[in-house]
Amino acid sequence: MSVVDIRNLSVSFATDAGAVKAVDRVSLTVDKGEILAIVGESGSGKTVTAKTILGLLPETATSSGVLLLANGAGGATDIVSVGRKRLREIRGTDVAMVFQEPSTALNPVYPVGWQIAEGLRAHGKISRKEAKAKAVDILRKVGLPDPETRVGYYPHQFSGGQKQRVVIAMALVLNPGLIVADEPTTALDVTVQAEILDLLRQVRDEFGTSIVLITHNMGVVADLADRVAVMYQGELVEQADVQTLFTAPTAQYTKDLLAAVPYVGQGTAAAAARAEARVDTTRETLVRARDLVIEYPGRLGRSGFRAVNGVSFEIAAGEVLGLVGESGSGKTTIGRAIAGLTTATGGSLDVLGTEMVGVKEREFRKHRVDIGFVFQDPATSFNPLLTIADCVAEPLIVHGRAKATSDARKRVDELLEAVQLPRSYGDRFPHELSGGQRQRASLARALALDPKLLVADEPTSALDVSVQARVLELFKELQRELGFAALFISHDLAVVDILADRIAVLYRGDLVEQGTGAEVLGAPKHPYTQRLLASLPVPDPVAQKARREELKRIRATEV
Amino acid sequence: MTTSTTSSAAASAAPKRRLADRLPIVKQLRQSVGLQRGMLVAGLVITVGFILTAIFAPVIAPYGYSQLRDAAGPFEAQQPPSPEHLFGTTVGGYDVLSRVIWGAQTSLLVIVIGVALSIFAGVALGLVSGYIGGWLDRTLVVIADAVYAFPSLLLAIVVAIVISGGQSNQIAGVMAAAISITVIFIPQYFRVIRAETVRIKSEAFVESARVIGASTPRVMFRHVLRNATRTLPLIFTLNSSEAVLTLAGLGFLGFGIEPSSAAEWGYDLNKALSDVTSGIWWTALFPGLAIVTVVLGITLVGESLNDLADPRLRGRRRVGASSGAVAQTSVVPGGTIDVPGGVDSLEAPGEGGSDR
Repeated sequence: MSVVDIRNLSVSFATDAGAVKAVDRVSLTVDKGEILAIVGESGSGKTVTAKTILGLLPETATSSGVLLLANGAGGATDIVSVGRKRLREIRGTDVAMVFQEPSTALNPVYPVGWQIAEGLRAHGKISRKEAKAKAVDILRKVGLPDPETRVGYYPHQFSGGQKQRVVIAMALVLNPGLIVADEPTTALDVTVQAEILDLLRQVRDEFGTSIVLITHNMGVVADLADRVAVMYQGELVEQADVQTLFTAPTAQYTKDLLAAVPYVGQGTAAAAARAEARVDTTRETLVRARDLVIEYPGRLGRSGFRAVNGVSFEIAAGEVLGLVGESGSGKTTIGRAIAGLTTATGGSLDVLGTEMVGVKEREFRKHRVDIGFVFQDPATSFNPLLTIADCVAEPLIVHGRAKATSDARKRVDELLEAVQLPRSYGDRFPHELSGGQRQRASLARALALDPKLLVADEPTSALDVSVQARVLELFKELQRELGFAALFISHDLAVVDILADRIAVLYRGDLVEQGTGAEVLGAPKHPYTQRLLASLPVPDPVAQKARREELKRIRATEV
Repeated sequence: MTTSTTSSAAASAAPKRRLADRLPIVKQLRQSVGLQRGMLVAGLVITVGFILTAIFAPVIAPYGYSQLRDAAGPFEAQQPPSPEHLFGTTVGGYDVLSRVIWGAQTSLLVIVIGVALSIFAGVALGLVSGYIGGWLDRTLVVIADAVYAFPSLLLAIVVAIVISGGQSNQIAGVMAAAISITVIFIPQYFRVIRAETVRIKSEAFVESARVIGASTPRVMFRHVLRNATRTLPLIFTLNSSEAVLTLAGLGFLGFGIEPSSAAEWGYDLNKALSDVTSGIWWTALFPGLAIVTVVLGITLVGESLNDLADPRLRGRRRVGASSGAVAQTSVVPGGTIDVPGGVDSLEAPGEGGSDR
């Protein structure tokens, strides 16, 4: 008996630009105790499908079709046609949700125990003591240490992974037949992601709960799912069990999607070839950091926060250094310090011959011609009121190479073509471009002055896999043609592996390991690098199973 | 936005929005539906009517604002509405209808001068304070808070006395009201622009301008200023209605404009106080109605603009089940440009930037 039976579901939204169809005649079923992954890129309708299961669509949505959800008593309810009151009864008891961002899914002004109990109180009378006992019990089950004390903690007292455990506990407390997990690990670091995936697997095994997992990460799919549904443009393209999907995908879209997923080991050969091609060893050093310390000033009377703690590295001309680390490792801070956006406070950081510790903006401004910067979020890195041509021409105008955008237009067109954008896109406004297009325009802007050094701060982490693949390909081509040195910052080992000549691994402000891709990723020495590498899920269910064992072994040796 | 099933020909011509869609109020009028549209239209009709009345007062009004007699002889005082005096006459013998119409002119003048004076100073101070920060910012914020702490009407009275020295002709009266409003409004513009500037300062596009090496004034005026002024039309309308109320309040308390120099609704209300008890309703009702209508009209416009500016508050027509085209998304087999249909057919501007 299936827990969810979706037949011919269609959902449309009213927007400023008229009706937009998000889900188009999708039929799906989820069996008891099964983990179904719905995979797709942004705009594929996967989240809308999942939200429909909980009846969580906004007022602007109109849906049709049938969505049967089994309840504990053995019956089923059609979510599409049911009233609000019944929906409220179903949520929590029959179906629950785990959200993407645990820090916003929890209310910061109530203790987590209270928030878990709130779900219990919404579905029947329960005494305060009983509710607390149940909350403690469920927190223990999701693997939160010392639940008796922590039940009274507020969300800010937990780390991101612990918060996600609390959110999962909230979903589990009424023992629903189905949990909808919307990108449950996207906001988390890889090492924490592995733990949460383990927990979800354990939830299925122990509680017999079915899980609908929404994700764009093929590695996560390979790790957790039993069956996979691929969605594209609101339609269901392919549905298969996880083995079949990864070994023998039938739909062209699935094949493209799988081909676009980066994996570790891809770039090792390319990096070796590049290293051989580079015969001259007497290249000038563009960036040299010696025991670099970067501290953020604390509030009055408190000590500052040390983001970077004595890091040493070098970037030679024409070399790509990949900087890898999880959130809070200080990788972005180092990139910003090199571009002069954050002040370096100690040690020495030499950028293009200027000492950055204690530098004045006026002295450094002349070197800005030689530095390009690509920001993480393509949505905010363009002035929304200027056209793309204006934005790309801005560096040329600021440095006196052109008087106005019209003067620089020829160079702007060249640049746009170099990043594979049609010239006419120069007349568009940033919001008229997609994320990938904007990130390519951002690359064009960074390269406008032909810089010696490019700092790219997570340039592809906001993009879909297939778009990411193209941007990375473009980056590689341009780097080969123009020969600029680059600091490529990313949390994704596989992405860094594709591009970087050398890789440096940061952990809590310390540089734990650096070397070529083959050294760092092939034979990692530092335990953190080993754990990071083992935590990274690979898009292959068989290999991922082996990795999981490896990770378990590493964790066991650490404790 | 999402329905970009454009042909390859469209790749050479970027979509230009029509001028009518970009003008501030026209744009909102076109995108509104239902009750929100009704509110906006009602507000606009009242506001436009008010402005037209003010401009064409000399043509519309049957008599001058200080006219006490016509060819047939002096007006009789406290006459009820009649064909000669549609809204009756006041205790001083003025024609109520004419005073109400001329009063619109005074109100409009005060709004224009008051808001014009405060908007430039407020925006400039807010921008500098927010972007530069430091002690300058702290000082200006403290001053703005101090001004807030005063009751606005009290401040207006003080300024009125300082400027006009107690006696008031039209210019002095209007300027007194306008400048006192300016003093109160500068902190409002200052705060809004400062808050926006502080927010925008940390956005990636401002940092990107800094990385490029743009000078501080260039970053401030080219990148920050225009992005910080989005909420101004809203405060502008709300402040306009407050300006009308402040002027009326000043007039009612006796710091207004003498009837011989200009018509002013608050002053007329003040003079009508004693009439009400003796059953003379027309002298108080019509100036009062005028104040209420104008404030209501401008506030309706402001509130509608506020709702329409927020995508979450904006109402939309419901769509039929499973209607509309499916949004185009990505994944490109092979290259980028050599795809049939051109680049446009592959990547529609996604949801990523639509929240701005």
